[in-house]
Amino acid sequence: MPGSIYKCLSLIGERIIANKDYLTELDREIGDSDHGINMARGFKAVLEKVNPDESDIGAALKKAGMTLLSTVGGASGPLYGTAYMEAGKILAGKTEIDSQDMKAVFEASIAGIQKRGKAVRGEKTMLDAIIPASETYAKKISEGADMIHALDAAIESAHEGVEYTKTIIATKGRASYLGERSIGHQDPGATSATLMLEAICDYLKGK
Amino acid sequence: MVGIVIASHSWKIAEGVCDLAREMAQGHSGIIPAGGLEDGSMGTDAARIMTAIREADSGDGVVIIADIGSSIMSSETAIELLENEDENIHAVIADAPLVEGAICAAVEAAAGSPIDSVLAVAEESRGAMKL
Repeated sequence: MPGSIYKCLSLIGERIIANKDYLTELDREIGDSDHGINMARGFKAVLEKVNPDESDIGAALKKAGMTLLSTVGGASGPLYGTAYMEAGKILAGKTEIDSQDMKAVFEASIAGIQKRGKAVRGEKTMLDAIIPASETYAKKISEGADMIHALDAAIESAHEGVEYTKTIIATKGRASYLGERSIGHQDPGATSATLMLEAICDYLKGK
Repeated sequence: MVGIVIASHSWKIAEGVCDLAREMAQGHSGIIPAGGLEDGSMGTDAARIMTAIREADSGDGVVIIADIGSSIMSSETAIELLENEDENIHAVIADAPLVEGAICAAVEAAAGSPIDSVLAVAEESRGAMKL
């Protein structure tokens, strides 16, 4: 892979920070208007705390996860923090990853988020983007696609997942207080998860 | 003595509830606040809660009383981080209102009760009538 894990985390962070107002606006509609602010604060800290020269991908992701747990402040902190730490466990000691590693990262991250948030698909959460993305990725890899093409298809599924969140009622988190009024609004967490996948794919494409 | 951790989005709330609980449970030195983020923002920080659990524990375990939303998830994460580091601290989260739960738990803990009793008393405060 070109460059380092820090470069990949930078692209994720830059994309989250660039979308800070957009994510906050989505959260204003159905939450407590802090998702963009919280995530931008968290990733700013990640880029300060992770060693730019770190070659061990697992160690960098573990550090990123610990930082998110401490600095995001809202529920996305423990959720994304756990996801990054679980991904870090899968990639401990690795300096590059292949398409099977990425599949394992998807699955471990989802398991971490589900353990932490006790959510399932269809509850208007980040899982509604990540789970379809993971399934599409695994299917494409099994059909012989390379990592970048499989990720491109996965991102398409993630976007469809974000659209799907507009059609369903939130049953987890602050948005669940709104009940049926949450219909029509896309989930901020599903949106931020999709932004992360896009940044990872950009990194792999050398953008 | 069972330790008490107050996990809140707000440092002022965590500090204030601890002050009140200490007032009601004289002599209890393990009532520890874990509120807000390091930079002073509102929010919950699993690492800060983990540090507070360590500080609150004197070997008899720790009851965490949390406010709303992510404070529960961050407290669960803190407990898991301690387990991952093989630290043998028995920490549990009380399903209790913050102020009432903290006071009931602190008084029970100060009386020397075991962790199960402190947890039970904190959780019983849920149904307390005020009028």
